[in-house]
Amino acid sequence: MAEQLRLLPGYLTAHLQLTLSALLLAVAIAVPLGIAVARRRRLETPLLGLAGVVQTIPGLALLAIMVPALAMLGQLTQRTLGLELRSIGFLPALIALTLYALLPILRNTVVGIGGVDPALVEAARGVGMTESDVLRRVTLPLAMPVIVAGLRTAAVWVVGTATLSTPVGATSLGNFIFSGLQTRNYAAVGVGCAAAAGLALLLDQLIRTLEAGLRDRRRSQVASALLLLAGLCAWAALGFAAPAARSSSREIVIGAKTFTEQYVLSELLAARIAEETGLPTRTLPSLGSTVAFDALRAGQIDVYVDYSGTVWATLMRRAQLPENRTRVLDEVAGFLSAEHGIQVAAALGFENSYALGMRADHARRLGVARISQLAAHAPRLEIGGDYEFFQRPEWKTLQRVYGLAFAAERSMDSSLMYQAVAQGEVDVITAFSTDGRIAAQDIKLLEDDRGAIPPYDAIVMVGARVAREQPEAVAALAGLAGTIDAERMRRMNLAVDQGGRAPAEVAREFLAGLVR
Amino acid sequence: MIELERLGKRYGATLAVEDLSLEVARGELLVLLGGSGSGKTTTLKMVNRLIEPSTGCVRIAGRDTRELAPHALRRGIGYSFQQVGLFPHLSVARNVAITPQLLGWSAQRIAARVDELLNLVELEPSAFRERRPGQLSGGEQQRVGLARALAAEPEVVLLDEPFGALDPLTRDRLQRWFGALRRRLGLTVIFVTHDMVEALALGDRIAVLNRGCLAQVGTPTELLNAPADAYVAELMATPRRQAAVVDRFLAAAARASEA
Repeated sequence: MAEQLRLLPGYLTAHLQLTLSALLLAVAIAVPLGIAVARRRRLETPLLGLAGVVQTIPGLALLAIMVPALAMLGQLTQRTLGLELRSIGFLPALIALTLYALLPILRNTVVGIGGVDPALVEAARGVGMTESDVLRRVTLPLAMPVIVAGLRTAAVWVVGTATLSTPVGATSLGNFIFSGLQTRNYAAVGVGCAAAAGLALLLDQLIRTLEAGLRDRRRSQVASALLLLAGLCAWAALGFAAPAARSSSREIVIGAKTFTEQYVLSELLAARIAEETGLPTRTLPSLGSTVAFDALRAGQIDVYVDYSGTVWATLMRRAQLPENRTRVLDEVAGFLSAEHGIQVAAALGFENSYALGMRADHARRLGVARISQLAAHAPRLEIGGDYEFFQRPEWKTLQRVYGLAFAAERSMDSSLMYQAVAQGEVDVITAFSTDGRIAAQDIKLLEDDRGAIPPYDAIVMVGARVAREQPEAVAALAGLAGTIDAERMRRMNLAVDQGGRAPAEVAREFLAGLVR
Repeated sequence: MIELERLGKRYGATLAVEDLSLEVARGELLVLLGGSGSGKTTTLKMVNRLIEPSTGCVRIAGRDTRELAPHALRRGIGYSFQQVGLFPHLSVARNVAITPQLLGWSAQRIAARVDELLNLVELEPSAFRERRPGQLSGGEQQRVGLARALAAEPEVVLLDEPFGALDPLTRDRLQRWFGALRRRLGLTVIFVTHDMVEALALGDRIAVLNRGCLAQVGTPTELLNAPADAYVAELMATPRRQAAVVDRFLAAAARASEA
């Protein structure tokens, strides 16, 4: 809990920065746009329709779309303007949240302006106002309470949706929620939820006060609400200034996907580089699976751990398996280097493969020890998998090779799968072989007797820039080759998942025990 | 002072005003009289270009109104609206001060002028200055509307049924008050109404509009004695019939008090 509270100021400031920037940007776009289209039916309907469509895209999806969209745009701007765009981190989150905030502000601007009595607009012209006078002195002041009401709706939505920006690499209160859910640290989830809800309530209340003050024309009330909002903006702006001053020398950024093993390994790699070379490092946790690879390729993170089979199946699109692990490793390393300029610094020594698992007693009752024996029972069984598994080529191969057809496929957070199968919510899961909860929950892994699942060696992947400019960091990582076996990894995962230890602490312990 | 020359306004296929020519002398009050849809408000709004004429032109003090930007033109012309149109988010004082503010008067001069006008329309400045339009009665709003129209010391004033929505007593009082005021200030006024009695009481001359065309223009006496067509004659007959009703009751009341 103390650890979570220590992280709170940083996450809260980042969340506030994201939220306020998106809201200010949305106001800067939506209010002029609303003014331009108000009372022009032909423009108003399609524009509000378009904003409405954006609104119906789920927040997480909108955030996810921004990453490839920005990457494409970035290639274009780099070629034409020499301008590099960062497709993960603050920018994609900012754009998605701004789009999200547009609709309520735009709609209320249009409605607010449309609601101003036309007789008053004519009176304003009649007393000698220019069109801009009319807007500034009459139309906008009269529409303001409605516009501010739209801002309030947008603020509450954006504070909530911003917690989903963690997987695209933007720091927010969502970091508590995502990492807490993965590492079963419910204190972290609680702190994240409470802080996000508190922030939403605070903004809602401040803007409500502003709105009421505008409507009842109480100037002191409007002034104090504006002053407090300006204070929040200043706090966020100071937060921008501080890291900008600090990170002048480039840090090596180590990414992690959204599960415990990745948190532990990212901390481990960061500590290893720092220990051996003294170079500054930083970890960027909870990246979406493909986001991590795109980020490495684009140079927005420098190092992360992936698995040979994942590269084999999803990036190289290979279905046929060579006879052994080493062969896959070699081909993967060759492919990464040739196609993407990415260097494989080390294979850590363990595999974390997909494996089908069942509760041990259930498997015994059905007489199932191998996947080939499962096919006959599958139509009466439900299978649970992580978010991506049922979309992955490995799943297609498994289904084809074994003729598997389950009664239902259920996607869920990977950290919940083990509990789900232990409690009988699902009958089979697509377990990660290094997860400590396999043994702890008495789960039996079924043998892949027809060899459909590729080997998944954990490999440390290094981006082109660090590989070229900081060979000492690559050497430090190469020193980790073969140092972690599956049992070791399982114990470290379990220490976090069930022992409640911090990933960084587990990583430090491992390094301390490493023989130089 | 004001010349309307062959003025016309067309909306699609319908003619709102057709071939209208009129002159208003300096210091004169001309009433535009007619039923609803006769084109009187359209005509008034063409004078300060709230509506742009389709044909013809308007000259004020010999100058074509199209030579000025619309907002500059309107700052020199007082205008009071049928719906009053006070700005609800501004105090009485700031409503009255709008046009002088747009003209860039000094704050001191504006403050003095606002008090002068509130006194003129018989609203105690200290009591009314800071009130909002929503806190005023209909009659008070009409008077603030007049004060706003007169604020920048215009020579020409356009009034669109300024006493339209008032109870009979207030209306009668404001009519008499305004009749005296405009003579004292020497204003040139175009006054739109559909009320015959108001037209007769206030107008130096009356222009009768019927379906967008000028039916007749002349002094109240000329219109009563020599109506140009059946419509004007019928219009002039209404106050006579009302007067006859009133006379009959007055005579009956007089006989009753004698007996």
